[in-house]
Parts: sequence; structure tokens; C-alpha cells
Amino acid sequence: MPFISKILKKERLSGFLERLVRDRQVFAPVKKGEVILIREIDSPSQVILEYRNAKESPKSVFFPQRETLFRYRAEKGKAEVDVPSGAGKGRVLFGIRPCDARGLLLLDKVFGGGSSDPYYTDKRSSMVVVSLGCVDPNPSCFCLSMGGGPCSAEGSDLLLLDLGDRYIAQAESEKGVALLEDQAFEKSDEKSLSLAEKTRKQAEASMQPVAKKANLEQELERLFSDPVWKDLAESCLSCGICTYLCPTCHCFDLCDEASGQAGERIRVWDSCQFPLFTQQASGFNPRPTVKERFRQRIMHKLSYLPKSQSMTGCVGCGRCVTECPVNLDIREVMVSLSEGNER
Amino acid sequence: MQQLTDEIRAIARKLLRDKQVDVVIGFERGSMPLRRRPCFVRKEEDADRLVWDGWCENTLATYLPKRKEKAAIVAKGCDSRAVVELIKEKQVQRDQIIVIGVPCRGMIDRAQVEASVAPARIAQAEEDPDFEETLRRTGSLHDCCKTCAHPNPVLYDVLAGEPLPQKVQDPFADIEAFNTMKPEERWAYLSREVEKCIRCYACRNACPLCYCPECFVDASLPQWVGKSVDASDTMIFHLMRAYHLAGRCVSCGACERACPVGVDIGKLNRMLLKEVRDLFGYEAGLGLDEKSPMATFRLDDPESFIVNP
Repeated sequence: MPFISKILKKERLSGFLERLVRDRQVFAPVKKGEVILIREIDSPSQVILEYRNAKESPKSVFFPQRETLFRYRAEKGKAEVDVPSGAGKGRVLFGIRPCDARGLLLLDKVFGGGSSDPYYTDKRSSMVVVSLGCVDPNPSCFCLSMGGGPCSAEGSDLLLLDLGDRYIAQAESEKGVALLEDQAFEKSDEKSLSLAEKTRKQAEASMQPVAKKANLEQELERLFSDPVWKDLAESCLSCGICTYLCPTCHCFDLCDEASGQAGERIRVWDSCQFPLFTQQASGFNPRPTVKERFRQRIMHKLSYLPKSQSMTGCVGCGRCVTECPVNLDIREVMVSLSEGNER
Repeated sequence: MQQLTDEIRAIARKLLRDKQVDVVIGFERGSMPLRRRPCFVRKEEDADRLVWDGWCENTLATYLPKRKEKAAIVAKGCDSRAVVELIKEKQVQRDQIIVIGVPCRGMIDRAQVEASVAPARIAQAEEDPDFEETLRRTGSLHDCCKTCAHPNPVLYDVLAGEPLPQKVQDPFADIEAFNTMKPEERWAYLSREVEKCIRCYACRNACPLCYCPECFVDASLPQWVGKSVDASDTMIFHLMRAYHLAGRCVSCGACERACPVGVDIGKLNRMLLKEVRDLFGYEAGLGLDEKSPMATFRLDDPESFIVNP
């Protein structure tokens, strides 16, 4: 249940963002070249809210593609190690889409679970997530079929929903409630609340459901050795687009970048779609062909994560659907696998 | 368009029925409007999946190297040039493939079509349409198709449709314009482009001529290039890839189309293609008997770029 709802008139948005930018580090959708990306902003004028979704997911704000874990220097038998300082206090991730906000919940489980990752949790705990509901989802979107929704507030501290001349702002956490203290927000009224409900229902009704089996997650393990994977993966190029643009994919590699006696240990994104990901020093590769690598991506998202983290690794943002160079559509893959279950 | 589709289907059916090939690699309808995608047909009755129209953009020659079965491939001009290079480089055996040549009027860039009707969305798109919105075909082509001078397959066993008139145009006019910029301006442009790169390697993997068993960026002993999106490492990747493709790239544009973030990869590659053409008078993939300039030596090879007196 929402904590509290308020109204933000559109003409007051800029003032609100102005005050946010003054006191905090703010990340929001901006136009870079031809594409929309989530980047740090220093002025409200940079923010684009009329957009379908950002080309890249916002995961890089918490889990950068390249991150220095520590720097080291060895001199005269002595070693110095220096850990970069953490993220500042009071940061806001503004205007991301509900699918991406929900994706953060999975990253929270992975990086913030049993053995918490200090680099991620530092950046995450200092962040307030303000998402913007989708009133007109893309044809490639399928969040509703993955347990989320175009106006879902899961993973958001504050959810904004566009009602034409104003937004309704729904706080979902103490952090969200605190943001509503700003002078830009006004008391909500019955009319806005019922319009918000109508908007949500319309957005949900506009989405095509994915005809997958409801218990596909439980049954996938049985399909591990099914010949279907070879056919499904046949056109796959084994590139990293799907995993790198995915809001929940989180695999990484650790490497040292050194010059002489000094260097950095860095964490960089890695992808299960690359042969090198599982290449062993002996020369053996347990996932030698595209079939095994493609299967790993699907199984990890739809079978292993639901088992280990009680959440699927796909939030239905549709980036892999639109960006795959060969149009290998995960929705169709789920349907094929569901049909496979009936064989 | 339907006529070409029918011809391709009939050819595929016959090849599979006569067991001349194990698989026909062509295009089928994708999961969204404006999308066609590679498909692999192994049964005669599945040949009706095959389609042909202005969205058949993938370079199917990418699927030929290392293929063990006998394959037929639907080939546009650029695909056929890639096949020629692959045969010359001994990655594909001529007698293991059947080339179904299809003269190509250029492929339509769906991003441009989407942008032209935005914020409306496309529910359905066809060529030869009777629709709400009609766009000029020539204005919406992929960049590589606009500069393409070889619309007809250069190598084929069977041709679907009729050859198109050869285009008379300088394929490198845009590079010539780019080369008039100052070196620092060109460097700034390329740096800005490369800065977008996320190192997903879709360009490399979509490329029909990038078939190395181990790419230099994946080598770990020694590690030639850093693994992160550090500007210099990413630049090295793109520069080295462009050098590796000099005199081999057939300008199919697969790399640019695959790139999710719109890096102008073609600029770099085609700068080197122009160098090779100007120095050695060679364009890749035009004939099986032409020697690749990087794999041969002539006494009168130009060397002004080695020593500049």
C-alpha cells in the first residue's frame, strides 16, 4: 500500500529538479547524440521525460561498466593500497522506468544479499529512486508478463504517473515520503487518484501478454538437455548486447591494470554470451558453443535466479528484444519453451 | 516483392527436395513490424517461412564459416562479396555452398522509418503498401546501402529476379569529404564516436569477415588490450579491427546495424577501404581470381606511405 500520494503540477517540476540538483547528485534521462541515456545532470533543462525508455539500463549508476576497486603501488619492499572514496550522500535517480526500478531489486539481492558488496551497497543506499510510470508502453515491453507492470512502484521510492497537466506522486518508502516534503508538491484529490487508477488500467490493457506457461520457471530444469536449444540459438551471434543492456544482468570480471609497480584492480562487466567467460586455463570450455551460452542466459534468468533469489532475472523491459541484431526475441523463446513442456 | 519471395521459396524447395543442400539460410518475418531475421530452413515444407523485401538487412554470410553441413544462402550483392572473400580466404569451400543471388535495391533503415512517424508507432509496415503513411524508399536506406555500388550478386549459382542496373557512383564520396577535415577534427570525431562503445562486440560478431578463432581483444597471454571501456582501449579495438578489415571489408554495414549505440564504425573501416582502393586499385569481394592486396606482393606496389621523401 502506498504511504502517501501528492500532486506535482508540470510547471512546478523544473523548480523541484532545480532544488534537487542544488543539494544532491541527480541522475536522469538525457539525450546524448541520437539516444536517451541515464546520466548525471547539472540542470533540469537536460532532463527528457517524453521518452520510451533509455537505451542502456540504469544499472551502471550502481554497477559501473568499469569500476576501480583499489589502487596499489609497491615501492622499496613496501606496498600502498588505496581504496576510492565512496559515493556522496543524498543522490537521486530520477525518471527511470518501472521495469528498471524493479530490476534494481534483483541487483539488491545479488550484491546486497548474504555477502554484501560494499561498492554496490554504498552507491545504492545513498540513492532515492524516483520512477516514471509508463502510460503508453512499447510494443516490445512485457513487464506485466514478468510480474511487474507499466505503473508498478516496486523498487521505487517515489513513483510519478503522468496525468496530462500534472503528475501524481506516490511514495513507497520513507525516502519517498521525505521527497514529497518539497514545496512543489500539493495535496492530492479524489479526481486525480481515480484518473491515476484509470491510466494504470489502460496502460496494462494495452500490453500484449506473453503466452508462456505460468510454471515455466519450475519446469525449465527438465529442458536442460532438450534439443530445442540448438534451434533457438541458431541465429545468435554471441555478442553482448542482450546482457549489457539488461537491467538485471550483473556478471563481471576482475582484472589488474598495471604499469610497472603501480596499478589498479578493476571490476568490468562480463557476459555469459562470450566464449571467454567460461574459458578455463586448461583450455577446456564448458560452454563451447553458442547453444550452451544462450541456454545459460535463459536458464539463469528464468530458472536459477527464481530458485536462488525468488525473483526472475527478466523484468520485461524489452531492450534485448529491440536491440538484438538478429531479432532473437526472449518472449518467443519463453513461448517455445512452454510448448516444449507439452511435448 | 512477393514475386521474389515466391521465387526464393521455389528455389529453396527444389534444393531441399533434391537434397542438394542440408539447409537454406534466408530471411523470415521477425517478431516486430520492420523486422526480418535470419532463418534456417531444413525441410521442404518450411520453405514458406522465407521472405524477401526491404528489411532483409542481416549479412547471412556470417553464418557460413565453420558450418559442417552443405548450405544454400540467400545473398545480396554485399553477401555475395563476403562469400567471395570467405572462399578466397579458405573459410568456405565453394562446392559446399549454393548461392541464391538476389539483386538488392538497398535495405531500409527501420530507425529512420520509426523516427519519421514518431511519436506514432508502427503497427505494420510493408513495401508496395496501401497505408496511412508512405515514405520514399530511397530516402530511408541504410548508409551503407546509399553508397553501395554493387547491388547485384557478383557470385551466384541461381538468381532470383532480374539484375538491377549497375550504379555509377563513387562509393567513397563521403570519405573524401571527411578527409578534407583537419587531422585533429577527424580524431575528435572518431574519439566521440568510439566513446559511445560499450564493448559488446556485436560489430565483430555480426561481421562476415571477422572469423578469427581468437580475436586479439580476447587474448590473455599476452593481453594486448584492456577489457574496460577506457577510451584508449576501446579506440585500439576499433582501430585494429579496421586495419584487419582493410582490403577485406565488403561494406555490408552489418557492424553499424548491429551496434546498439550507433557508433559510426563504417567511417573508420571505409577510410581504410578507400586507402586500399586508391593505392592498389582493389575492392574486396569482386572476383575469385583477384589476389587480395594484403596477401600478395608486387614489385610496383606503392610505398609512399612507408617512406615519404
